[in-house]
Amino acid sequence: MDRRDSIKSIMLGSIGFGVLFEGCVTGVSSEDVKKTISKFQYGRTDKELAYDKKLFSIQCFSKKEMKSITQLCNLILPPNEFGSIEDAEVPELIEFMAKDIPGYEIPIKDGLLMLDKISKQKNSMVFINCNEIEQKKILDQMAFPDPDMSSSEQKEEVKWFSLMRNLTMTGYYTSKVGIEELGYVGNTPNVWDGVPQDVLDQYGLSYDQDWINKCIDQSKRNETAVWDDQGNLIS
Amino acid sequence: MQIKENPKEYDVIIVGSGAGGGMATKVLSEAGLSVAIVEAGPYYDPANPDQMTQMKWPYDSPRRGAGTTRPFGDFDQAYGGWDIEGEPYSQVGDTQFRWFRSRMLGGRTNHWGRISLRFGPDDFRKKSIDGLGEDWPISYDDIKPYYDKVDKLIGVFGSKENLPNDPDGFFLPPPKPRLHELFYIKGARKSNVKVMPSRLSILTKRINNDRGVCFYCNQCARSCMSYADFSSGSCLIFPAQKSGGQIDMFVNAMVRTVTTNEEGKATGVSYIDKTDKTEHKLKGKVVVLAASACSSARILLNSKSKQHPNGLGNSSDIVGKYLHDSTGGGRMAFIPDLMDRKIYNEDGVGGMHVYSPWWLDNKKLNFPRGYHIEVWGGMGAPSYGTGFNVNDFNKFFGIPVGGYGDVLRKDMRKYYGSLVGMDGRGESIAMKSNYCEIDPNQVDEFGVPTLRFNYKWSEHEVNQAKHMQDTFEEVIHNMGATALGNKADKSSNFGLTKPGEIIHEVGTTRMGNDPKSSVVNEFEQLHDVSNVFVVDAGPFVSQADKNPTWTIMALAWRSSDYIIEQFKKQNF
Repeated sequence: MDRRDSIKSIMLGSIGFGVLFEGCVTGVSSEDVKKTISKFQYGRTDKELAYDKKLFSIQCFSKKEMKSITQLCNLILPPNEFGSIEDAEVPELIEFMAKDIPGYEIPIKDGLLMLDKISKQKNSMVFINCNEIEQKKILDQMAFPDPDMSSSEQKEEVKWFSLMRNLTMTGYYTSKVGIEELGYVGNTPNVWDGVPQDVLDQYGLSYDQDWINKCIDQSKRNETAVWDDQGNLIS
Repeated sequence: MQIKENPKEYDVIIVGSGAGGGMATKVLSEAGLSVAIVEAGPYYDPANPDQMTQMKWPYDSPRRGAGTTRPFGDFDQAYGGWDIEGEPYSQVGDTQFRWFRSRMLGGRTNHWGRISLRFGPDDFRKKSIDGLGEDWPISYDDIKPYYDKVDKLIGVFGSKENLPNDPDGFFLPPPKPRLHELFYIKGARKSNVKVMPSRLSILTKRINNDRGVCFYCNQCARSCMSYADFSSGSCLIFPAQKSGGQIDMFVNAMVRTVTTNEEGKATGVSYIDKTDKTEHKLKGKVVVLAASACSSARILLNSKSKQHPNGLGNSSDIVGKYLHDSTGGGRMAFIPDLMDRKIYNEDGVGGMHVYSPWWLDNKKLNFPRGYHIEVWGGMGAPSYGTGFNVNDFNKFFGIPVGGYGDVLRKDMRKYYGSLVGMDGRGESIAMKSNYCEIDPNQVDEFGVPTLRFNYKWSEHEVNQAKHMQDTFEEVIHNMGATALGNKADKSSNFGLTKPGEIIHEVGTTRMGNDPKSSVVNEFEQLHDVSNVFVVDAGPFVSQADKNPTWTIMALAWRSSDYIIEQFKKQNF
């Protein structure tokens, strides 16, 4: 899935329009929905809350499928000192996205069936029952897209694995542990005063004096702006 | 059907609460007039914790910020989008117009890019320059005092550059460029593309005690809880309420028509309460439409009566015509030098710190109007989509793409913050043949007839889009970067966006001196009905290669002053 595809499928997902969940397995108890929904507080509207509730009230993947997804995600990103796929709630995200973006559901399920089929042919047992070496041997056949072909031209199992890798990566790196591992240090009040000097030096760059003279003197940011008649700032 | 009628007669009814409606509310209420704001969406305050999305983390949302419920992701503060359930629109022929609506107090000002550019002197007289389109009935000198007042009231950072068609204003100082922006400056200069500090309505410095100062979270699209960016609610409507204005607010109220009397004068509006679908009427001496260019045109066209059989203000048959959006084109690039870069907080303001205004002379080019270039990139906050195709760039180095395991972590880290992008936003030619009209065969869920669009780009816009792609490629090369994807070619109109996608739609109730070829006069007053005004981007004669918001507000302020003067003369 290339960036354009992913955006397209995001756009396709449309709130509230009689979404069909053809393969969804079962309902979820209202008690569990309440518990899950309260974990997420992000300024959504009532309509969006109702939509989230609707998605949480349906279980898309069976226990067996969830086990395969979890194992697969762990192979894609094994646990380390920062955390694990489980800490990052990646399987839960995949379950949610398969309902939120309906175009994901069938391909993911079909891919899991395909994975077991390949596994049975090779090892006479389903993927989850193979040992890690056997599992990796299977993944080696689908994990490397041909860089000279577009994403739609790739083999089915390659396309599917790319989707699972994308969901795993994005799930991990948008989680608390993943953001910490990446080292992103923003989303916090601060005062931007330019690129650190050691970084400028590293790239052999410097700020033009002309340009920098126009920029904010952060020591005066709290002094109320006053201009002369010509629009020159005098405070 | 029972229609509930409010007994009070307001001095002014303002339909819509975005940039134009907010400005009219502030100026008119502070002059002592009683005002009713009628807004199609709910009440919204960026400082309300229940509505706030600012400073949330991706994992606060079950979809990690994906764009399923809101087109720019579920932390973006626009309730609505190009497609709204129950509020369809249609197209003539193979038109692909895309109509973005944000239904909430403040409208689209809650999420916009805060790019706050004045039009220049030439932008008001383009027909005199290149023979295309029409000149405005006003000049830069007529509007300049209002631009100055808007600058001081709302706050905009920028720098004095003394450019002839990108006038300077009363600026706050801009923030210093980020690292990828320094790469852009280098590449742009080498390509002889002018580059300078951007001009955004974000407070890098205090302007009063009611609003905070930017704390550099990069999230202006989520609307600022400290009111340090411009949104119509936080900068216009709330201050107007605070200063004691007589303002009644009707929210979730979708205006169906402007009502008129036997003499053909407006008497108020009829609206539908969206919460229970009941019909209501409000009385007003003056009606100010500020519902957005296409929504205001729709209301006028739906306001048919014996006196106005072709729709209100539409004796010219010009309402809905001359619809035009900015052109758009873009390209992404990868900067190998920025691989494995040192990580620090470079969130900065919500948008670019540097940009390129139009820098060339169209006389030497095969298209008539210009475009500016916006720059993005850097070490942004992770959100849904981060990590997709994590190591696609490996192919530039001849090493395997894809894989699994710890190698992906290394790739994630290696490529984080190494992308840069450029977007061109340009001026199209307003044409009579590009229009919105009422679709005779469709109504929305409230029973109101909907819009149908007819729109085609001409070779002017296509040639401009081609020029954008050539420029991007050259700048990318000169900044030491590698362009990504294939260069857009003729088969895709050189990457030209669909009309409506840039969300700068203007021109549907255009301004002019001749009532036969325009809808409103220079004070945005309908030629046909003296007590109806349109203060959104509908009156724009041409769009310029600037974003429309600053001009919407300057014009709305000027028109509001005129309305006050007319009240004083007892003309309403």
